[in-house]
Amino acid sequence: MDLPETIKVALEALRVNKTRSFLTMLGIIIGVTSVILLISIGTGLKTYITEQLEGLGADSLFVMPGEIHFEPGGGGGGGVPGAGVAASKFTFDHINDLKRGAETIKTVMAYTENNGTMRYKGKSHITQVAGVGPDYQEVRDQKVVLGSFFTTSQYNAAKKVAVLGKTVADDLFAQENPIGKKITVSDQRYAVLGVLEEKGAFGGLDMDDQVFVPATTAMRQFDMEYIMSLWVQSQSSETISQTKEEIEKILLKTLDDDEFSVLDTKSILGVISSVLGTLTAALSGIAAISLVVGGIGIMNIMFVSVTERTREIGLRKAVGATPQNILIQFLIEAMVLSFFGGLIGILIGVGGSLLIGRFFTTTVTPWSVALAFGVSALIGIIFGVTPAAKAAKLNPIDALRYE
Amino acid sequence: MLLKLQNVSKVYRPDTYPIEALKKVNLKIKKGEFVAIMGASGSGKSTLMHIAGCLDVPTSGKVIFEGTDISELDEASLAKIRNKKVGFVFQTFNLLPRTTALENVMLPLFYAKLSLQQMKNTAVKVLKAVGLGERVSHFPNQLSGGEQQRVAIARALVTNPTIIFADEPTGNLDTKSGEEIMKILEKLNKKGHTIVVVTHESHIAKFAKRIVKIKDGEIINGSA
Repeated sequence: MDLPETIKVALEALRVNKTRSFLTMLGIIIGVTSVILLISIGTGLKTYITEQLEGLGADSLFVMPGEIHFEPGGGGGGGVPGAGVAASKFTFDHINDLKRGAETIKTVMAYTENNGTMRYKGKSHITQVAGVGPDYQEVRDQKVVLGSFFTTSQYNAAKKVAVLGKTVADDLFAQENPIGKKITVSDQRYAVLGVLEEKGAFGGLDMDDQVFVPATTAMRQFDMEYIMSLWVQSQSSETISQTKEEIEKILLKTLDDDEFSVLDTKSILGVISSVLGTLTAALSGIAAISLVVGGIGIMNIMFVSVTERTREIGLRKAVGATPQNILIQFLIEAMVLSFFGGLIGILIGVGGSLLIGRFFTTTVTPWSVALAFGVSALIGIIFGVTPAAKAAKLNPIDALRYE
Repeated sequence: MLLKLQNVSKVYRPDTYPIEALKKVNLKIKKGEFVAIMGASGSGKSTLMHIAGCLDVPTSGKVIFEGTDISELDEASLAKIRNKKVGFVFQTFNLLPRTTALENVMLPLFYAKLSLQQMKNTAVKVLKAVGLGERVSHFPNQLSGGEQQRVAIARALVTNPTIIFADEPTGNLDTKSGEEIMKILEKLNKKGHTIVVVTHESHIAKFAKRIVKIKDGEIINGSA
């Protein structure tokens, strides 16, 4: 029996039991779909975060508390490292030391992060209160679209002034002009100075859902002894390693080497990449388990099929089918199941990625499609071979007598 | 000599509860013969047919098919002999459902690696020979019992085998259809086909030119 004829027989056998064939394929469909979706989301996330960090500039450095490499859970707005897990020991003296002692530093900014409730005329909005320096706009490359940012003197005097992210402004003020209005931030009254330009949302994480106040004010209000982290800008991307050395040298005078870590965008990028890579691999691995489960489903239904068609197998053998002919027939049937399951899974997975891509960065990588397809074809062979071997081994007489 | 069984024994389940289905049976079948193997249920007649038809191998003894000892052959070689030299007709027809008469008849040819056109031509020819020229594209469930058995005969004939075995071919048919089937087999024999019918009914056996009687695994009459 040649291959096209065998495939025809397999398709016919699957067509006869449409519902059963579809349910069997479902396992493979779900497995392939989730592998493709997870890989495309993971890849998309990595691309996005890379872009975001590159947007911060190659000349940025972050001084974080504790001996850390990077805490993925500690990221503040949009993958920007905020508070680590270790308790901070940074004070304004450190900032002054750095400003005075280092030659290649352009700016040093204090950064704190707290949650607070904003209120205005009966409306309330719970969000993150970031304590930053007056040079935040340059450090983050984000402009004020309405009003102005707070000044150095307001910062030094720890004035109760706030600059709102777009989301907060829209939520509290709607059509009203917020400039000059008073809002309460966790029961203390702040004057609104400005609204920042929109940065956009990313996968449920709204980067405009923040309120910016002077770090000095934030530390007083939230009763903080130490600054959470320091954001440093080097003079250029070439001087970054020199700046790093200078920061370490200066801070070591007053701090132990396990009390702070200096991270630059490049090293953060490396860590994030590897963390996301591991995460994507782990999730895809879990999704791949469903492929195995799907394969077991195929094996199960192939055993049923072999039993149901025992007489047919006996007859085929009686008229001259060799064990190999029977083996190939059932193997191809299993492969057709996983092949079509894989194909449908790829269509749904790619379609789903494109759909999610409208809200969330996703990247369908050709290798993930090839991988999913290869794995599903392989599963057809691996899980089809046992039932097919059982069919091939049937004794023609017993098979013919089977009721 | 087409087929020679020498001291053939068959023991089922030799390890647990041995059942001796055949006891040192000797049988010769010449080319062009029409033999009926008669015996009661459990006499070993089906076992004899399976071994003679290369569906099974004996526990001991020799089966010489056209000069080749088949008792030593592996499954794939046996399958090839069955495909080219042997045709089977079963009591329950054993046609594939949802498959047309034509495709059922073509089945043995699929394993003989012919071109599709060759297969079709041959299958149509044998279907015409058994009087089913008008029924080629019918499905088994659209055919009467007698017609289904004729399709089965056509399937047995399609590879132009040396010998055709029919195991109780009329067992599931009414008397009239049964007679028709036997007449077809008789006609095939007259054309030169060697035919072996296994039956327990004497009015079926009388179509044959030689009757071999078997009882408790031993041939009691007509082994020559």
